[in-house]
Amino acid sequence: MDAFFRTQRLTVGYNGIPLIKDIDIQLDKGQILSLIGPNGSGKSTILKSITNYLKSICGTVYIDNRCLDDMNNRDLSYEVSVVLTEKLKTELMTCEDVVATGRYPYTGMLGILSPTDHVKVRDAMELVNVWELRDRDFTEISDGQRQRILLARAICQEPRIIVLDEPTSFLDVRYQLELLNILRTMAKERDITVIMSLHELDLAQKVSDLVMCVKGEFVTRFGSPKEIFKKEIISELYELSNGSYNPLFGSFEMQRPCGAAKVFVIAGGGTGIYEYRALQKKQIPFVTGILHDNDIDYQVAQDLASEVFCEESFTKIRQEIYDRALKRLSSCDTVIHCLNRYGEINEKNRQLYQEALSLGLRVIPSADIM
Amino acid sequence: MKDELIKKRLRYAAVLVIFLILFTLLLLLNIILGSVDVRISDIVKILFGQGGNTTDQGIIWKVRLPRTMAAVLLGGALSLSGFLLQTFFNNPIAGPYVLGISSGAKLTVAIYMVMMFSRTHVVGSYALIIAAFLGAMLSMGFVLLMARTVRSASMLIVSGVMIGYICSAITDFIVTFADDASIVNLHNWSRGSFSGVSWQDVQVMAVVVLFTSAVVFLLSKPIGAYQLGESYAQNMGVNIKAFRITLVLLSSILSACVTAFAGPISFVGIAVPHLVKSFLKTSKPLLVIPICFLGGAIFCLGCDLISRTLFSPLELSISSVTAVIGAPIVISILLRKKVRG
Repeated sequence: MDAFFRTQRLTVGYNGIPLIKDIDIQLDKGQILSLIGPNGSGKSTILKSITNYLKSICGTVYIDNRCLDDMNNRDLSYEVSVVLTEKLKTELMTCEDVVATGRYPYTGMLGILSPTDHVKVRDAMELVNVWELRDRDFTEISDGQRQRILLARAICQEPRIIVLDEPTSFLDVRYQLELLNILRTMAKERDITVIMSLHELDLAQKVSDLVMCVKGEFVTRFGSPKEIFKKEIISELYELSNGSYNPLFGSFEMQRPCGAAKVFVIAGGGTGIYEYRALQKKQIPFVTGILHDNDIDYQVAQDLASEVFCEESFTKIRQEIYDRALKRLSSCDTVIHCLNRYGEINEKNRQLYQEALSLGLRVIPSADIM
Repeated sequence: MKDELIKKRLRYAAVLVIFLILFTLLLLLNIILGSVDVRISDIVKILFGQGGNTTDQGIIWKVRLPRTMAAVLLGGALSLSGFLLQTFFNNPIAGPYVLGISSGAKLTVAIYMVMMFSRTHVVGSYALIIAAFLGAMLSMGFVLLMARTVRSASMLIVSGVMIGYICSAITDFIVTFADDASIVNLHNWSRGSFSGVSWQDVQVMAVVVLFTSAVVFLLSKPIGAYQLGESYAQNMGVNIKAFRITLVLLSSILSACVTAFAGPISFVGIAVPHLVKSFLKTSKPLLVIPICFLGGAIFCLGCDLISRTLFSPLELSISSVTAVIGAPIVISILLRKKVRG
């Protein structure tokens, strides 16, 4: 069976000049697709083309096996509703008025709302928690509230697909989470398909069923978050040269300090992350160890430390690794000692600490006092 | 929620009632007052076709009534035209006069009049409207071209004003070199005035204006969608291309009709829609369109009354009066809204 929403070799662009070629999307009902990629890569262009605002250059879009070219704006308005980035200039319209425009395709000749329409407007507004804003002027509310009003508008149009262009920009974390929660709920409960562009990679990773990387002439990748959110893929997509991406955390680390490391950080179990970042801010290169490769410190150490002494997970630190670490430690002048307890498998770190003391190195508990 | 709804409805009803009272009052005053005193009892008799002397009958039936009707119809048309243009350009100070559309219509009407006067001394009402419509479309075309290149709202207005100046200059040029007889006619008309309107003219304008306004009213729904911007309107199922063309045509027909019969009249198209919206506290076209028409009629009835009676028997041009009242309103819009760009 064909997917509910699919594009076939879709090529999009402006004024007949192709920008992105051969886009193939397959989406089932109730799935969430996020478009990620650098600024100006053409995410909005793709969104405009699948909502027919921009004529696609070639290729086709199918919604429930109907070709987009065979549908007029009216047909499409029952299928797809949008939340756009462009600022809405309204005049003397209350929030409720704005949401009610979503009922447009369902009202009669003069656009008068029926009691059912009013109920649906209210439902949509309650779903996104903006019912109390109903009598406020749309121009007088905050950006975050405005975004939610526009989402309510899109919802009460009762589409089968909602397209959102960067819905989380201007929103603070709380509203970002709330908005994505609403989308998730709608996708699950009402079987609505969601297609959106997102800048927040961590959120895209958590909310999406499918992710598309948009950059340059072709769509570089299309797949599940598990397939897409990998160090190399994201670094390549955003051409990261001054920082790095951690797929487990979904977060970014700043650039590794360069130069010869004279600082050794003895860490483990999350005690090191703060110190690593503090050293990075002061641009002091450092080495660290001895970490197990399943240690949370290891995730950040990889990106920030000049060298990481590491042992396989769940095993006792072996002598050879300890010897190497000790050799490196003795060439440093400062040791930052973060650990305050030791277990069976990292006992060797205590020895390392005692060696540092007996070597007469400067041993401090935190990078803050450097 | 119910309270808000009732409050809103009360407000709409109050505005409507006040407007209707004003309208009736001004309508009566326009018939009663004038440079020649006709007693009210006589006017009533004349209106009901029972006597009165022939001079008075002539004044009421041939001068004041058609003139009043013209003020009603053309005032309504002007303010609707302004409302459409404001919607189209998403610009609160757009209007047929500032965008040069009235001046474009004035130019073609002047050319047409000069050509016809030299031959027949008779100008057909419909032919006048068609001439004015062509001129309006000409200016509109220029403005649309400008709107493509300049994206800022104020630059659009400036280019509209420039087009207006060019058209007025050419009109002056034509008037200067025209025959003596037609100059008189043209001069009076080109300053803007409701005077000299015949019942035949009123008939023609009633057909054109009422029909066009009805179409505008029936388009309330897409106009409302368009107020949110093109992309959203399209998402609601509006055929944008066709709708844009319709808006341009309708607003041009309305302002052409006004210019054909009364010459260019300034600021009504901006001031009235703005006042109506702020009285109603909504921009819902379903309400704004009919009230705008009524408001335009009231505004022009009032201004015409002032222009006729203030220095009677001397008559001011209607544009001078509408400008004195309308321009401050436009300035207040500018101050309050800080028109972007």
